[in-house]
Amino acid sequence: MIQVTDLSKKYGGVKVLDISSLEIPQGQSFGLVGNNGAGKTTFFSLLLDLIEPSSGGITNNGVKVNESEAWKPFTSAFLDESFLIGYLTAEEYFYFVGELRGCNKADVDALLAKYEEFFNGEILKSGKYLRDLSKGNMKKVGIIAALIGNPKVIILDEPFANLDPTTVNRLKKILREIAANHETTILISSHDLMHTVDICERIVALSHGEVVKDIRTSEETLKELEEFFAV
Amino acid sequence: MFKKFLTLEWKAFTRSASFATNLALKIVMGLVALYFALVFAALGFAVYYLIKEELQQDPVPTVNRYLIAYFGFDIMFRLMLQKLPVINIRPLLTLPIPRPTIIRFAIGKTVLSFFNFLHWFFFVPFFIVMLVDGQPVLNSILWFVSMISLVYCINFVNILLNNKDNLFYGFMSVAIVLAGLSYYDIFDVTIYTQPIFQALFDTVWAFAIPLVAVIALYFACFRYFIKHLRLDTGLSVKQERARTENFDWLSRYGSTGTFLKNDIRLIKRNKRSRGTVVASIMFLFYGLLFFTGIVEAYDSPGWHMFAAIFVTGGFLFTFGQFVPSWDSAYYNLMMTQNIPYKDYLSSKWWLMVVATAVSTILAAPYLYFGVDIYLMIIGGAIYNMGVNSHLVLLGGAYIKTPIDLNSGKKAFGDKKAFNVKTMLISLPKLLIPVILYWVGSYFFGNMVGFAAVTIAGILGFALRDKVFDIIVKLYKTEKYSTIQAYKQTN
Repeated sequence: MIQVTDLSKKYGGVKVLDISSLEIPQGQSFGLVGNNGAGKTTFFSLLLDLIEPSSGGITNNGVKVNESEAWKPFTSAFLDESFLIGYLTAEEYFYFVGELRGCNKADVDALLAKYEEFFNGEILKSGKYLRDLSKGNMKKVGIIAALIGNPKVIILDEPFANLDPTTVNRLKKILREIAANHETTILISSHDLMHTVDICERIVALSHGEVVKDIRTSEETLKELEEFFAV
Repeated sequence: MFKKFLTLEWKAFTRSASFATNLALKIVMGLVALYFALVFAALGFAVYYLIKEELQQDPVPTVNRYLIAYFGFDIMFRLMLQKLPVINIRPLLTLPIPRPTIIRFAIGKTVLSFFNFLHWFFFVPFFIVMLVDGQPVLNSILWFVSMISLVYCINFVNILLNNKDNLFYGFMSVAIVLAGLSYYDIFDVTIYTQPIFQALFDTVWAFAIPLVAVIALYFACFRYFIKHLRLDTGLSVKQERARTENFDWLSRYGSTGTFLKNDIRLIKRNKRSRGTVVASIMFLFYGLLFFTGIVEAYDSPGWHMFAAIFVTGGFLFTFGQFVPSWDSAYYNLMMTQNIPYKDYLSSKWWLMVVATAVSTILAAPYLYFGVDIYLMIIGGAIYNMGVNSHLVLLGGAYIKTPIDLNSGKKAFGDKKAFNVKTMLISLPKLLIPVILYWVGSYFFGNMVGFAAVTIAGILGFALRDKVFDIIVKLYKTEKYSTIQAYKQTN
């Protein structure tokens, strides 16, 4: 589904990302781990064509992302708050994203009903604009919005950060359900090794912009990763 | 401690995103500040003699008469623009600094603000001229002290009134009503306020009143903050209660409708964008300067056309120049969604066209100045809709200023909005209709002038798709640098 070839990104002569080859098949749940500055967000930004690669490129379902926009209809993402429209209420935001992704109000309502538990009663009809929500609640809105319109590729940057323990478990459940159908490719990045191992079939560790580990998740994965990141 | 605060301030100033950009801008900003300072200084020197020689009146009582307006304007400006920098206080709260020190610093900072300095530039020269011209020394000094005290009184009152949103509009309505009443000789407020200000000059002890007031207000501010220096009180940012609005009637316009819904919410719910509506209303009155013949130099067909463009174009100019910057806060979202750029643009375009049409209707009272004038406004409106709406969007594509929707602060003259490309694109917005009308009316009469502008406007409509294509291309080629620029919010 996603194919990375000779991808690199430099800022002022300093390489922040350098991946010679990486392939993510359709339906895989893919976890990206690494310390701050390892290049996780840079990689996702390149995948979403928010920054320009210094060399090489990424194809998403056969579409070269920095040359065509045809990847947009089947790809959705939530990287950070710049994906939220602060002056909308949660409902308005969901309907807006829905309309852009070809879903009518009823479709969106059905999806929201499904994830009502995840919102924990604090988001829908809360009488607040998104800009006034807490960080955790903003994240919940962004994540659910990324699920609208049955995307084939879902990209979530640090989805577990800022969430309370209950919500983390609910989110894991949601992501596992989506991963179970083996149609949707899920890419998540995280600092939390345990959560990533719990969800992802495959984990890639980045360090200084390079792939240093590429593991199929098994019983030993967590241990292996913990050793790798040990101080 | 204060020294540390000052270095912090200096860094905040020199490292702010808008300041650090380039040297040219710093120079422009410096020049603007200098310009205002000089204008005020010149005013201070000149006003005295102007009143004395030209108007043959006693300068001090005359100035005292109009001081009410002077301070009135000052209050309005401050309510609109001067904000207490509470955000900068937040990180200091948990540091081992006594609260009174923090508060003295915050209040002290407002004392040093440009809004206060500006008045020194007026009153000091005026005061010097007073002495030179032989006004009684003691009275002059005391009057001067009173004036400066009043300036700082307003400064502190503004702090106390901070966060009260509708005050500005209330104040402005009162000012407009008073100005109107005195213009039509019904009620002249200056007759009642003049003796009060005059007393500050005539009566030796009267200066004590503003002086005591300013000291009292300082302590009032101080006490207010001692009580309210908590995140959930004095330092809180007000939240409004949100109401979901679906605008279902717009759904039938497809994805243009989707964007229209958002744009309407954008304008309604954000301070900065609401300013465009205010601007369009103010521009409606702009024509009065020209069509009434108050200013002789403006009383010619060319200038009239110039004004006619502005009367209906307020919203178009203030809103259009910042497309797509209005969406800067969530530009990443827009760039990862499957957005039909043309529909996105046409939503903004429709907004501008509708606003221009509404302004044209609201401008109907200009019929009072004759059918010719109103025809000019209609011609200008058609030119605005047909040509300027496109030019303004094209210019906006080059402006990469992230907009902080929640602050009305930079609403007047965004520093970064100034660049050569935008300037070049802006020229035809005004020059072409002015020239067309001027040439047409000069050689063949007003109707031909009106027709020329109107036809140019109608021709502009035909260009719509072409211009949209260019803009879409621009958005695409400039995509990465735009995203990069929008990241630098400050």
